[in-house]
Amino acid sequence: MMPDLGKYATEVLSAYGITLGLMAVLLVLSTQRGRKARTALRRAEEETARHGKV
Amino acid sequence: MSIWKYANPVKFLALSARVQPFAWAAAAIGIIVGLGWGFFATPDDFRQGSTIKIIYIHVPAAWIAINAWIMMLIASLIWLVRRHHVSALAAKAAAPVGLVMTVIGLVTGAVWGQPMWGTWWAWDPRLTSFLILFLFYLGYIALWEAVEDPDTAADLTSVLCLVGSVFALMSRYAVLFWSQGLHQGATLSLDKEENISDVFWQPLVLSIAGFTLLFLALVLYRTGTEIALRRTRALNVRLDKTT
Repeated sequence: MMPDLGKYATEVLSAYGITLGLMAVLLVLSTQRGRKARTALRRAEEETARHGKV
Repeated sequence: MSIWKYANPVKFLALSARVQPFAWAAAAIGIIVGLGWGFFATPDDFRQGSTIKIIYIHVPAAWIAINAWIMMLIASLIWLVRRHHVSALAAKAAAPVGLVMTVIGLVTGAVWGQPMWGTWWAWDPRLTSFLILFLFYLGYIALWEAVEDPDTAADLTSVLCLVGSVFALMSRYAVLFWSQGLHQGATLSLDKEENISDVFWQPLVLSIAGFTLLFLALVLYRTGTEIALRRTRALNVRLDKTT
């Protein structure tokens, strides 16, 4: 199924590998930061509600 | 109906929640099919051999790197003129995505250039302006982190974004008016004679669409994150004052 990349196999595969790797890092870091931020907001809202300030 | 109603974070988040599932799904389909088609089902180029397959990641990444900055420019102008916080936060959210795409564009270009041009790098107008755009992305992100007051940070980064736009536009149009240099002309053209062959063009367009939708989905999600951080900060300040 793998196409024959001939003498440029290293270049093509490394370009795809680096791209997919960087995109995966971007997705993971964005999701982690997003989850942390949303959890912190929920906690702050609960705390504010407990103090009757909302 | 006015688009300015989405300057309200609650309305923006409601719209974002409706759009995101479609954007993520369409981005996944576009990227998987576009890259899969390009990598597995297209022939080698008679001159470039199999390195033509790098086009399916290099061109979409460069497209997003330049257009992310243009989107940041528009959002920054909206912030400077109308003071809508969501627009400043959307610009902030887009910057790391643009930075990663710029790195992908630079790296894949170098990996392709080495066997085709015989060099990893040349101080060609398009490559140089693209490198400067990368430095502007770094500076923009660093400035957001360095300034504590979010409104001041938004003001300063907006001005930086205006200045950096020169290089974003130069990266886009250098090949049209600056003929000396190694980088070839535009890959996609409305002129049939200049455009690449359909066999390469079709998966490339699909891949560009996938990358664009991924950018949209990521920016919507990350803007939601920035809005949450801003609201948390405001609530914590209020709590500190009352306790």
